[in-house]
Amino acid sequence: MLKKQIPLAITFITGVIIVITFFIPHPPFGRLQQDALTWYSVIFGFTMLLGVDSLVRFHYRKLRRREKGWWFSIIFYGGFLLSFITGVVSEVRFGDAFKIGSSFMYFYNTILIPLQSTMFALLAFFIASASYRAFRARNIDATFLLVTAVIVMLGRVPVGYMLWHKLPNLTSWILNVLQLGPMRGIMIGIALGTVAMSLRLILGIERTYLS
Amino acid sequence: MILFILFSTITVKAFDTPNDGGGSITIKAYNVPETVKKALVYRKTEGDTTYTFAGVMSILSYRYVDANSTIKNGKPYYYRVDFYFPDTVISVESDSPGIAYAQWYDKTKTSSLIFLIVFSTLVLVFIQLAKKDPEGLYIRKIPALDAIDEAVGRSTELGKPTFFVHGLLGITDAGTLAALTILRRVAKKVAEYDTPILVTNFDPIVMTASQETVKQAYTEAGRPDAYNEKNIIYLTYEQFGYTAGVDGLMVREKPGAIFLQGYFFAESLILAETGHSVGAIQIAGTTAKEQLPFFVAACDYVLIGEEMLAASSYIGREPVMLGSVKGADWGKAFLMGVIGIGVVLGTVGAILQSAGNGALMNVFEKILAFF
Amino acid sequence: MNGENISFWEKLGKIDRRWIFLIIGLVVFIPIAFGLRMTVHVSPAVKSAYDTINRLPEGSVVMISIDYDAASMPELQPMLKAILRHCFDKNLKVILINFWPLGLPIGNQGLEEVAREYGKVYGVDYMNLGYRPGDIAVMLRMGTEIRSVFYGDIKGTPLDSLPMMKNIHNYDDIAVVVGLEAGSMGDYWVQYVNARFKQDMILGVTAVMAAGVYPYLQAGQIKGLIGGLKGAAEYEKLVNHPAFGHIGMASQSWAHVVIILFIILGNIGYFMERRRKRGL
Repeated sequence: MLKKQIPLAITFITGVIIVITFFIPHPPFGRLQQDALTWYSVIFGFTMLLGVDSLVRFHYRKLRRREKGWWFSIIFYGGFLLSFITGVVSEVRFGDAFKIGSSFMYFYNTILIPLQSTMFALLAFFIASASYRAFRARNIDATFLLVTAVIVMLGRVPVGYMLWHKLPNLTSWILNVLQLGPMRGIMIGIALGTVAMSLRLILGIERTYLS
Repeated sequence: MILFILFSTITVKAFDTPNDGGGSITIKAYNVPETVKKALVYRKTEGDTTYTFAGVMSILSYRYVDANSTIKNGKPYYYRVDFYFPDTVISVESDSPGIAYAQWYDKTKTSSLIFLIVFSTLVLVFIQLAKKDPEGLYIRKIPALDAIDEAVGRSTELGKPTFFVHGLLGITDAGTLAALTILRRVAKKVAEYDTPILVTNFDPIVMTASQETVKQAYTEAGRPDAYNEKNIIYLTYEQFGYTAGVDGLMVREKPGAIFLQGYFFAESLILAETGHSVGAIQIAGTTAKEQLPFFVAACDYVLIGEEMLAASSYIGREPVMLGSVKGADWGKAFLMGVIGIGVVLGTVGAILQSAGNGALMNVFEKILAFF
Repeated sequence: MNGENISFWEKLGKIDRRWIFLIIGLVVFIPIAFGLRMTVHVSPAVKSAYDTINRLPEGSVVMISIDYDAASMPELQPMLKAILRHCFDKNLKVILINFWPLGLPIGNQGLEEVAREYGKVYGVDYMNLGYRPGDIAVMLRMGTEIRSVFYGDIKGTPLDSLPMMKNIHNYDDIAVVVGLEAGSMGDYWVQYVNARFKQDMILGVTAVMAAGVYPYLQAGQIKGLIGGLKGAAEYEKLVNHPAFGHIGMASQSWAHVVIILFIILGNIGYFMERRRKRGL
């Protein structure tokens, strides 16, 4: 009984306090929200250890039992130890792991940046294949979507101006007027949904996080 | 050398910064010629003979907020502003001292308070109505949530695992909490059908919450022995590292059903396209408005924004939860009404103003300022 | 004869995606390899961002928030450099801050590179606050006093010992905040910093996010918007320093054209196939 009631009580009390302090700037209330966010950051720092522990144990199990794809776990340990060791060594040697010229920055520039950029670059290919597959004029709505997409795609690049000098203006109108209403509607809907969910959480109606 | 111009029209006022927690005085300058190059603010207290430098006033707003930690509530502070023009410098002292106080209520948030009261009242009223008449509440069908059983069933028929991919925000995000609700439903189904499940996590806290959720779901399905903690894994806290990890798992394990639930960023299409390439049925749900088009293009079903946030109510079908969704809908209707009134007022006001009558426009602007 | 046509239209509607990947790859690579360039025209949103910074008097402080990492670097780093060139041209003071830890070295590299070009001095003309965890909490705290979060700069030097930071305490001492965004931090800047502290803001975002930021621009919550690589190219044009933004324009243009051609082909195949099936 207490296992559920205590967390619900904590949620209710802190939720109500944070909502009330939003309207009260007088100390100590005015700073409570910021302090709560700071506490969350501290707690989050410790939970990163949880994640690292889970990952290390997951790959150790794979290695020990020679499960399918166990060699990827060697790569994991290699990368993990490499970044950890070079980070510590660079911090001790230069006083700053991110100092240009340190071994940590060398691996950052030669491994992490190319890898991240490559993954992001995949989007260009996937957008092309997804567009080709998805943009079919099956009905009037899909046709409007298709035409609008073509206008915006052309208007947002220099070739659009070359084709018709007013195309960028039309694109601007679509972005500033036509899509603005629906975008705002979705934003407001999400915000209201979040408020409703938060209210359910504070009142203890929504208990998903307790499991 | 500072010259004192006797007949300058510039005035400087110092006053308590409104709606704050104290320790702050606002200095505002009026009738400042546009040729001013910079304005330096100086401060002294009672008993001081000289001014000390306080800061640089913005010459865009002619306002400076002195929130130095030395400002004490209830103590008068005197200010002088030196305005630097191309050929001269004008010094103007504030006509009265500024005294800082802490306010108990922030008036600028009145509109938020009104909305909070109205919205909360509506939600609570509909919750009470739902308790009295559970059958009387109608919620439209959400195809993506209805398709959960179909997706898991397809995975089972094909003998393939089901993947649940969490988004990139933490447990404090409403979308992540909604994703946990959906995970519970999915996990219960896979427990009933005895289908393998793999849950990938970007955040360690979400991972622990997912583990508890899946464990609870298996228990509810009567299969606590089948629960395997190893199936809920934390990959990495790096965006594209997580994406690469999930993609690799999809390509190797070839799941029959993929659930992409949570807040996603640029990796959304990479995940969805990879899922499509392995032939899985995909159900996505996100509150990230920018990623909705990609999910709509690449997935079979999509939960758009609030549909995801209403998932717990829709799946559980508890009257209290349904009542809260209904109340939220009426809150939206109230907001739409306010916007509609504002649109009419603003439009008619603009038309009348162009015809020479600005009264309605003044009213509209006052209402706008309130919000 | 009919059998061959059917096969052709169906194939047109179901081109193997590997061909699409190959052609896109070539279309992106060839313009860069051959140094092809295109004329860039400036949009009102970017001009508005430029004018906001251009209007600032000498000595004003601009805070630039690096909220991206290596993945979004191709789109946002050119924006950073163009804005830095603009700021240093006008002798504005620059403060860099990070909310994405992996973006810290990228932002720092860009800052040091451009500062060296202009002969600017660290601590006098520019400085780097570095990274602190906490996102919203950090933003809110800086509204009162920057030193309550950042005791020192990225190197650990106390802020008060840096000449330019002597009279900079909170957002009131900062003329404009420029957020270079690849994630949700831009929303937080607007919702917390602009809404509570009335701080003037400019957002530079990836192209995908630009559509979602227009509501803020239209409502006046941000003073300007720089969207994607095209936005970066436009800003480079305004500061008369064409760089990576311009280099990417030909590739981006032709990639868009190729995608549109594929869409058209796919629709032709779809309609012809549908017509054939209706005729059966």
